[in-house]
Amino acid sequence: MSNIPDDRKYADSHEWALLEADGIVRVGITDHAQELLGDLVFVELPEVGQQVAKGDECSVVESVKAASDIYSPVTGEIIAVNTDLEDGPEAINDSAYEDGWIFTIRPSDVTELDDMLDADGYQNLTEDE
Amino acid sequence: MPFIPHSEHDISKMLSTIGVDSIDDLFDEIPDNLRCGELEKIPSGMNEMEVSRLLRDKAAQDGLPLCFLGAGAYEHHIPAAVWEITTRGEFYSAYTPYQAEASQGTLQLLYEFQSMMASLMAMDVSNASLYDGASALAEAVLMAVRANRKSKSRKILMPQTINPVYRSVTEAIVKNQAIELIDVPYDAETGKTDLNALQQYMGVDIAALVIPQPNFFGVIDDVDALTQWAAENGALSIAVVNPMAMALLKPPGEWAGAGVDIVCGEGQPLGVPLASGGPYFGFMCCKQQHVRQMPGRIIGRTTDLDGKEGFTLTLQAREQHIRRSKATSNICTNQGLLVTAATIYMSLLGPEGLKKVGVNSHKNTQALIKRLTAIKGVNAQFTGQTFHECVLTVDADAEQLINQLAKEHHILGGFNVAKDYPTLKNTLLVCATETRTENDIERFANTLDQLINS
Repeated sequence: MSNIPDDRKYADSHEWALLEADGIVRVGITDHAQELLGDLVFVELPEVGQQVAKGDECSVVESVKAASDIYSPVTGEIIAVNTDLEDGPEAINDSAYEDGWIFTIRPSDVTELDDMLDADGYQNLTEDE
Repeated sequence: MPFIPHSEHDISKMLSTIGVDSIDDLFDEIPDNLRCGELEKIPSGMNEMEVSRLLRDKAAQDGLPLCFLGAGAYEHHIPAAVWEITTRGEFYSAYTPYQAEASQGTLQLLYEFQSMMASLMAMDVSNASLYDGASALAEAVLMAVRANRKSKSRKILMPQTINPVYRSVTEAIVKNQAIELIDVPYDAETGKTDLNALQQYMGVDIAALVIPQPNFFGVIDDVDALTQWAAENGALSIAVVNPMAMALLKPPGEWAGAGVDIVCGEGQPLGVPLASGGPYFGFMCCKQQHVRQMPGRIIGRTTDLDGKEGFTLTLQAREQHIRRSKATSNICTNQGLLVTAATIYMSLLGPEGLKKVGVNSHKNTQALIKRLTAIKGVNAQFTGQTFHECVLTVDADAEQLINQLAKEHHILGGFNVAKDYPTLKNTLLVCATETRTENDIERFANTLDQLINS
């Protein structure tokens, strides 16, 4: 059974979004997603300062068997990217919810997070797959 | 017997299953004006014996002309062993194998090809080839737009000195992707890409600058300065080179010190015979940092679970069978057979052999230029130094001259440059590779003299 923390929100496309104290949203992919992808070998990070809309493809994670787009869960500006992933993409396999974060974003409308799944909803989604 | 597996019975059964009366009814929704109808001009079929005879007769019409024509494809000596080995059953395939594990020999050969190309170009990485030089440039342009993440523009600076065929193919492939190709003129005196013309683009967001070496006029360009300009202006640099020239000139991986970002070109000079325009093969190399944006197949060397060496198709996740419409390219195949020939050619010649071919091609061309420009009415068009081609002006109608040389004297006397560069009236682009002798040059010169001056 995959690990699904209940402190954050989830997208159908398997991203997680964590609203932090300073109003910034941290984004990564779920433990379930990294299990499906297998060993990650490369992460194409977005550019700091890039403006993205909710649902935009803004990053790519590549494993030995597939490459998947990462969609921004909210609209806003990319504030930081996890450059540790450039040389150590396996951080996503080892720690999908902590060390394996991909980027942070300053949301222009934080209520967009309300449309996302909570931990139970995401749990149901993965069980239906 | 037509090679169609469905019998009339199969067809009527399928039609009745889906509830359609006839094939015509099945395609009813396609408007009449979009249907090709009967192909009335196709002659009736011939058997193998008749076709062989027809093609033999047509081939004989070519004769065995003495070739001073280059313009993108070059006659070099190909050792007999090259195609003897290439056409062995084990190698005789046009494709990178799909079942990589079972095709270790072919993969190793492609890996050696990549190593040789990366070494010849002094670049980090090579792919396993593309279709030809022209489409390789188009792929390089698409790659540069993807790879230059600092640039928001889709503008590419494209010198007019790039082979005009490459320019038109590139335009056809990239124009519907909103990529703008901006002409960079050449210096009318030297024939080099005009560095001064780049000044107006300082501070303009440009995705990439294309740099030929040698350029279409055979002239050796100021590649260091051009590469430097690109680096200083946030543009990626794309070198388009003749691989044979790279055995002699500074390779693109060393231009301006740090080297270019992408190298591409036509591989035909490396062991592929002239054959009415093809099949040839394209090649592409790049810096390590851009490898995930590189189109085409890449063979990697690895070790298996037992620690034994093996070869594998690597970085496949960017290819179309996995990434579908988001693949780096819709060409993820290559010219396996021609690359096999090129690899065998390069391994038989070695670095020294390649260099000798380059040196002798250069020497013969310089001798040709000297001899031809001694003729009254023949002059060099440009002052720039040349590798193994040169543009000459002639006091005659170039097209007529070329036709006379070919029809009456069995000499391919060059390329009519005005076809693609209307301002360069009555000019011939001529070439003498290592295969041309003093006698050949003398025969060409005497014939040309006669045609122009009598």
